[in-house]
Amino acid sequence: MDHSTHIEEIARRYPAERRFSLAILQDIQREFNYIPAEALPIVAARLDTPQAHLYALATFYKSLSLVPKGKHVVKLCDGTACHMRGAGNLLGSLSRQLRLDADGRTDDGQFSVELVNCLGSCALAPVMVVGEAYYGKVSLEQLPTLVDSYREGGENDE
Amino acid sequence: MMSDNATSRTLLVCCGTGCLANKAAAVADALDAACPEASVKRTGCNGFCENGPIVKVQPDDISYYRVKPEHAEKIAASLGHGPVMSLLFRDADKKLVLRQADNPFYAPQHKVALRNIGTIDPLAIDDYLDAGGYRALERALAMEPDEIIAEVTASGLRGRGGAGFPTGVKWASARAEEVFPKYVCCNGDEGDPGAFMDRSILEGDPHSVIEGLAITALAIGAEQGFLYIRDEYGLACANVAAALGAAEARGYIGTNIRGSGRRLRLEIVRGGGAFVCGESTALMASIEGRLGEPRAKYVRSVQRGLWDKPTVLNNVETLANIPVIIAQGGVRFAEIGTEGSKGTKVFSLVGKVERTGLVEVPMGVTLRHLIFDIGGGIRRGRRFKAVQTGGPSGGCIPEGLLDLPVDFDTLTEKGAMMGSGGMIVMDEHDCMVEVARYYVKFLSDESCGKCTPCREGLRQMLAILTDLCEGRGQQGDIELLERLGATMKESSLCALGQSAPNPVLSTIAHFRDEYAAHIEEGRCPAGVCPALTTFVIDSEACTSCGACKKACPVDVISGDKDTPYEIARDGCIACGSCRESCRFDAVSAHQRKEALA
Ligand SMILES: Cc1cc2nc3c(=O)[nH]c(=O)nc-3n(C[C@H](O)[C@H](O)[C@H](O)COP(=O)(O)O)c2cc1C
Ligand code: SF4
Ligand code: FES
Ligand code: FES
Repeated sequence: MDHSTHIEEIARRYPAERRFSLAILQDIQREFNYIPAEALPIVAARLDTPQAHLYALATFYKSLSLVPKGKHVVKLCDGTACHMRGAGNLLGSLSRQLRLDADGRTDDGQFSVELVNCLGSCALAPVMVVGEAYYGKVSLEQLPTLVDSYREGGENDE
Repeated sequence: MMSDNATSRTLLVCCGTGCLANKAAAVADALDAACPEASVKRTGCNGFCENGPIVKVQPDDISYYRVKPEHAEKIAASLGHGPVMSLLFRDADKKLVLRQADNPFYAPQHKVALRNIGTIDPLAIDDYLDAGGYRALERALAMEPDEIIAEVTASGLRGRGGAGFPTGVKWASARAEEVFPKYVCCNGDEGDPGAFMDRSILEGDPHSVIEGLAITALAIGAEQGFLYIRDEYGLACANVAAALGAAEARGYIGTNIRGSGRRLRLEIVRGGGAFVCGESTALMASIEGRLGEPRAKYVRSVQRGLWDKPTVLNNVETLANIPVIIAQGGVRFAEIGTEGSKGTKVFSLVGKVERTGLVEVPMGVTLRHLIFDIGGGIRRGRRFKAVQTGGPSGGCIPEGLLDLPVDFDTLTEKGAMMGSGGMIVMDEHDCMVEVARYYVKFLSDESCGKCTPCREGLRQMLAILTDLCEGRGQQGDIELLERLGATMKESSLCALGQSAPNPVLSTIAHFRDEYAAHIEEGRCPAGVCPALTTFVIDSEACTSCGACKKACPVDVISGDKDTPYEIARDGCIACGSCRESCRFDAVSAHQRKEALA
């Protein structure tokens, strides 16, 4: 699929100044769930900045990804509060249940799982976010049903 | 006087991120529908998210916890007729608590930075104005910059972002620079994992930060500013954006502030989610669109910051205090706190305490007061082991030091630091070597890699600590960690690397035995490190409730009402979920003699 016009449109939301590089890449990430390969030359031309600069940003900042993510992005918090309340065990369980590959994705493209640092809801530890939905005090017991509700045909899959 | 119709009542529904996760939005909608005559307000975080969604009824001053949409009718019917008992808070003695002020979690608190949060609608500028908002800015407009700075200096305010630098001194240096333009910045990056003070302020009272930033700009002579906010903080970004629009529409920022002829343009920059970007020079590089890497600080950013121009960067909570200082006077502010640390501090009290959440207390209260009085002590009657303050740059504090006052200087003297306010409480089931490994892993991932001592030092520390946790520790490892730590402290470029050894060095200082047990005996005393631990169910204590069987993620526990519960050796991954799940302390950790299956 060709995303060029869409990317162009996103880049034009901001003045053509280099300081907006990160903001544009973040918007692209939000839109496509990753930074498509064709994005870098388009944004580079728009901002009159080397592609290498954008590439450096895309690899430096964790919230940007050059590879496509699953349809549902699961962010499992491993911030200190969540770590102390069993986030590690949740990750183990998720990996077993979903058979994640080395990049944390399922081969059907449905899920990608990321371990993140603090989602800012520490009093609800352990915390997990699927897409935009927050789940607090996640337990090992509840995990399988929660994940299943996002599988194809599940109540949260849309 | 209490009137008994709904018209005169306001229902404050907590719609902070924590309560929203517990369906607070639906609660607010249900209340809207159930009591159309009352005014339903959506507020920021009340700090007690674990017990959310929280609904407060005013003027009766009744607080409800764990409210569900289906409770709306009951609440509506009760207005003017007394409280809905089942939704009240129960304290440790099972006594019902009506008012927030009588709740043991809130009673000892003293709110300054959080003064409006939970009572105003962050999206309604009139709420902020009714609470006295923007009066300090009006006042500052009539003051000379030096007078403003003098008030801030008199207040004794020190930066809440971690370093505790005196705010008045910082402003005075920037003011003295004769180079223009100048810039003001708000640090809303909040990278400390386990802390959410700044998020709560940005979400729940964005105008207090904007007002603080506007006053900063007047004091130093800046006309442009940035709020650098973590991109993950979606609600915070949205509420600040809305507040900026409202403030500009009323002339509190913009091209002609309240007709004074002064101007200030503020914009949000969304952070990229790197811990190091919270560091001042990295943050400024990131705002300029460059890689968020720190630079050496022989030139200070008050002289040459953003685009090499004089720049003042302050933390969210620091800025939220500014309007109070200007409105009441610095001397009044300085009445709270200790000799060297004035005012209050917001803490994110989390981990193994009974009551977790955001708490604001005067500087100088003891750790014991925070953890045991406000936090209600350790969960499930377990023993306190340590508290980590100051996040990844801070240190672990053991039981013997719990009576220390919490302020900028005392904890630093003990090798920890108060830091930005993260307070992670650990109990006897937490392994201090694993905690050190956790922080070093975090820092090693987050090190920007620019300087060698930090990049390589952390990598080596991580390798050693991982070996310790996995039973490959060797004699001399502790000493090696200490030597590495000393080098990193001395020679790293930025404060990330310079403070990175703190979690390791402080755990070694206070829990050296635990390190030694890993190395010399291949034993994890807390029963955490899976390679060294195995779990056993005590059939005497076991009540056959089956909780462990449900909790085991790999299904290796067998048993039912008639057959004793047992853990199969094969397949057990020693995750410890069974021990956590057991309410009767029937599952215990033992030293693993054979290799992990
Ligand atoms: C690695 C690192 C991360 C930091 N992260 C933050 C942060 O997330 N928020 C913050 O306000 N200050 C952070 N700081 C401190 C800032 O560098 C700076 O001291 C502070 O924002 C100044 O504001 P204050 O004087 O009001 O505290 C960090 C420092 C370092 C070295
Ligand atoms: S330690 Fe973990 S894997 Fe082993 S029995 Fe207990 S719950 Fe199951
Ligand atoms: S540590 Fe998980 S939300 Fe903060
Ligand atoms: S979000 Fe409601 S108490 Fe924190």
